[in-house]
Order: sequence, then structure tokens, then C-alpha cells
Amino acid sequence: MADQLLDVKGLNCPLPILKAKKALKEMPMGATLQVVATDPGAVKDFEAFCRTTGNELVESKAEDKLFTFVIKHTA
Amino acid sequence: MADGSGSNTKSMSMIVTKGSLDWAYPPFILSTTAAAMGLDVTMFFTFYGLPLLKKKLDLHVTTLGNPAMQMPMFGMHIGMPNLVSAIPGVDAAASAMMKNLIKKKGVASIEELRELALESEVSMIACQMTMDLFEYTTDDMIEGPVPGGAATYIETATKSDINLFI
Repeated sequence: MADQLLDVKGLNCPLPILKAKKALKEMPMGATLQVVATDPGAVKDFEAFCRTTGNELVESKAEDKLFTFVIKHTA
Repeated sequence: MADGSGSNTKSMSMIVTKGSLDWAYPPFILSTTAAAMGLDVTMFFTFYGLPLLKKKLDLHVTTLGNPAMQMPMFGMHIGMPNLVSAIPGVDAAASAMMKNLIKKKGVASIEELRELALESEVSMIACQMTMDLFEYTTDDMIEGPVPGGAATYIETATKSDINLFI
């Protein structure tokens, strides 16, 4: 279970990334953030976001048009 | 601001030259996203891009000069020929339709993205020459942007990893 949950369902690019970044900033290092999105573009975007920022993408899954990501705050 | 000297922080600069509702999106989407990804971002607002810094925004789209424009309507895509822009009310209707779609599809408003850009410390330069040319004062503008000129932008651009003209 992630430490914090972020619901960005219904929001489009770039809001899921911007809101995730805002949430991560307030979280202690090592904490995990679970993001739930409906934007299919978020899949590649969260991969790119994590690669570039150095945060760890622990999980990325698609189910019933819902995209769930778990990001560990490591950078 | 980009410093480029020994720091590992990547940086991006862009010249923002267009101020219609549709063209306002790319610069604000890219600047907020780059800032969220840890880049130092500088935006230089010039000519028709400058009014995007006004306190109160009233943005529109036009079909004129936009030959590829299509709107989803009645389950299909309707083309918007250049010429229909001459019919009174068409651009206003297209703008209203666009704003409606933006809301419906969960796309951020330009005001919202601009606020997020300022929050994430995106540097904004307001072209001084454009302000003189079109008679804008800093009182017309939001707080945050600093007036500057071409040399100010070029200095930033020489130190940036990504430079865009939009």
C-alpha cells in the first residue's frame, strides 16, 4: 500500500504529471505515491518523468481503462 | 535561471510568439512539464505572445490561417475552412466550442497552467520592445515576469540544453 494516493482521473496532459510532482515534493524521501489516471498518455509520460527525475517507478498497470502508477520518491 | 556552469541541471528556453487560445497551449504545457521534470525553464514572451502575460486573459481561436483545423461535431470531424472566419460569429463560436471541449476533456486552462508555471519558478521575460510597440505597461501584466530584450534571451539560450521557438 502506497503512503499517499493521488486521483487524477479525468485530467489530461500535463496535469497528471504536474500534480504528481507537486505531491512528491511534499513527501519525505522513500515514501510512495500511488497515482490513478484515465489518460492513456500517462503511461509513457510517467516512465519518462521517472527516468528524467530519478524517481523510481515501482509499478505501472492498466486495468479497465484505469492506469495506476506507484512512484517512490527517491530524487 | 540556467547557469550551465558545472551544474547537472538541464535547462530549456523558449520564445513565445503567439497568443491565440490554441497556440498558448504548447509553451505552457512544455514549460510546466519541464519544470516538473527538474529543468530550469525560461520563457521569452514577444509580439503576440506577450499578451499571454496580461492579468486578465480573453483568448480566442480563429479558423483564419488555420487550414487544418477540425472540430469534433455530430460524431465526426468538421473542417473549418479559412473563409468561414469572415462570417460574423464564426470565430466566437469556434472559441466557445474549443473552451467547452477543453473543460470537458479535463485539459487545464491557460490561466491554470500559467499559475503552475509561476509556482514552479519558471522564469518569464516580457519583451520590452513589444511592450513599447503595443503600449503595454507592467501594470497590465501579472507579477513575476521581468522586462528584457533580445540579448537577455540570447544569454539564456546559449546556456540552455533545449531552445524552442513557438
